[in-house]
Amino acid sequence: MTKLTELTIAQARDALKKKEFSAVELTKAYIDEMDNKRKFNAYVLETPDVALAQAQKSDEKYAHGTNGVLEGIPLGIKDLYCTKDIRTTACSHILEGFEPQYESTVTSKLLNAGACFLGKLNMDEFAMGGSNETSYYGPVVNPWSKDVPLVAGGSSGGSAAAVAANMCAAATGTDTGGSIRQPSAFCGITGIKPTYGRCSRYGIIAFASSLDQAGPMCKDVRDCAVMLNVMSGYDAKDSTSAKVEVPNFEAFLNQDIKGLKIGIPAEYRPEGLNAEISALWDKGIEMLKARGAEIVNISLPHTKYALPTYYIIAPAEASSNLARYDGVRYGLRINGKSLDDMYINTRTEGFGKEVKRRIMVGTYVLSAGYYDAYYLKAQKVRRLIRQDFINAFEKCDIILTPTSPVTAFPIGDKSMQENPINMWLNDVFTVSVNLAGLPAMSLPMGLSHDGLPLGLQLIGKAFDEGTIFKTASALEQDAAFRKGIK
Amino acid sequence: MAIDKETVKKIAFLSHLKIDDDKIEETEDEFNKILNWVEQLSEVNTDGVEPLVSVNDTNLTLRQDVVTEGNQADAVLKNAPQAQYGYFTVPKVVE
Repeated sequence: MTKLTELTIAQARDALKKKEFSAVELTKAYIDEMDNKRKFNAYVLETPDVALAQAQKSDEKYAHGTNGVLEGIPLGIKDLYCTKDIRTTACSHILEGFEPQYESTVTSKLLNAGACFLGKLNMDEFAMGGSNETSYYGPVVNPWSKDVPLVAGGSSGGSAAAVAANMCAAATGTDTGGSIRQPSAFCGITGIKPTYGRCSRYGIIAFASSLDQAGPMCKDVRDCAVMLNVMSGYDAKDSTSAKVEVPNFEAFLNQDIKGLKIGIPAEYRPEGLNAEISALWDKGIEMLKARGAEIVNISLPHTKYALPTYYIIAPAEASSNLARYDGVRYGLRINGKSLDDMYINTRTEGFGKEVKRRIMVGTYVLSAGYYDAYYLKAQKVRRLIRQDFINAFEKCDIILTPTSPVTAFPIGDKSMQENPINMWLNDVFTVSVNLAGLPAMSLPMGLSHDGLPLGLQLIGKAFDEGTIFKTASALEQDAAFRKGIK
Repeated sequence: MAIDKETVKKIAFLSHLKIDDDKIEETEDEFNKILNWVEQLSEVNTDGVEPLVSVNDTNLTLRQDVVTEGNQADAVLKNAPQAQYGYFTVPKVVE
């Protein structure tokens, strides 16, 4: 018999309805798994008592037939989401001991749907990083590691590892430049960053507000659809939240993709691209072709400028957002002789190296004399990057690319540590999507020669996650990627 | 555009961060690496291109200027490192 923790949300939901097991039993199974797998460092805070109390209520609701869509489903929550009375730190020392007095919109939607929260998941500090190594609580270990401990990716590394190792049924992530998709690819799971504005950002600790977006990280495509339906929707508390209808994403699964136009961007196959990743991409193209989809060659000419554009805009917004951490209202305070000293001591002690680097880059590009040369220039290039996609989508319905140019690398990799730009280059296939505000999913498609997961990315038109789900469900069936790790 | 040690100190000051004297050179090097790298944007012709501030096409909406969730002083102060008499407290600023 399949272990309870190996079930997808959809499977567990059906079994709970049939009373094959109780929500408390399911939650307990996950709590055991969390106990057994602490070595992965996926959770920074475990809340078994909270989860069990919620599960008990869920069992009552099933008994009365008043159950919600996610009733009794145990989830892990990225530590970037404010959860009422549950410590939330963005994995930064500066938010030491912070217990939000309110619930983020997305997590309250999940709670209202009946989900149980197992705990808070590890991540790069303030979501700044691509390997989970900037976390104040130390790196997450990729459950696919063999002899050498590998990174789980980042910033949502804890979320990806927890889902891959069956330490939660699904997790929330956030994605500013690839933070859902890259760790999903590294850990062999499925994650979607929806269109900017699809999910409310209210109560999600801000990194770069014009790029940040919440999304689910799951065991399969269907679970992503189930989760995203609950997480989406207009929210008056987020001024950038979109007033658009949320379709039933599950209804797109298994739809015919015959005649669908799949765009293949030439710029995503640079010279020297990893041969296995290139071959995997070709395999994906063949699968879609075999189902009658039409392959269209497209060009996204400003692709090579996406990373430098991103590393001006994201730090600029971060330097502004992170100005609020001053030791006065919450978190860490390191006293000083004067008020200014207190601010400086608190921030110097509270922020890690990568966060300080980005605050300073952001401060510089926004400072008098440099604003036009860097920040304004980047915003103009951002428009050109977005326009590339608008032009491309006149010729195709959806775009297929690799998710990441590399597989999971060892923790403490020297070249990444020596030059921050080497780490940033890992986002090469993911950042454009955030700059353009588009939805994109990463799904596991195969293994490398050394047994590590490889992912492909599907990029859709704005608010057309439906076509992503349709195409992803076809690829998922054809790839038959082994789910989970024993 | 290369930056020097004085600029590093100025940016640190504006960021309310302290950099130890023996780390200034390292920070300067790193900054120049990053700035050289982003410099490639100058190749892109952006004449007549409007800066993109938000991907949302819709305009921000107006709402009534009313209190939505008031009377929450205790919740607001709950996480304060130091609070007294219903206020956040900070080191003395007026002699």
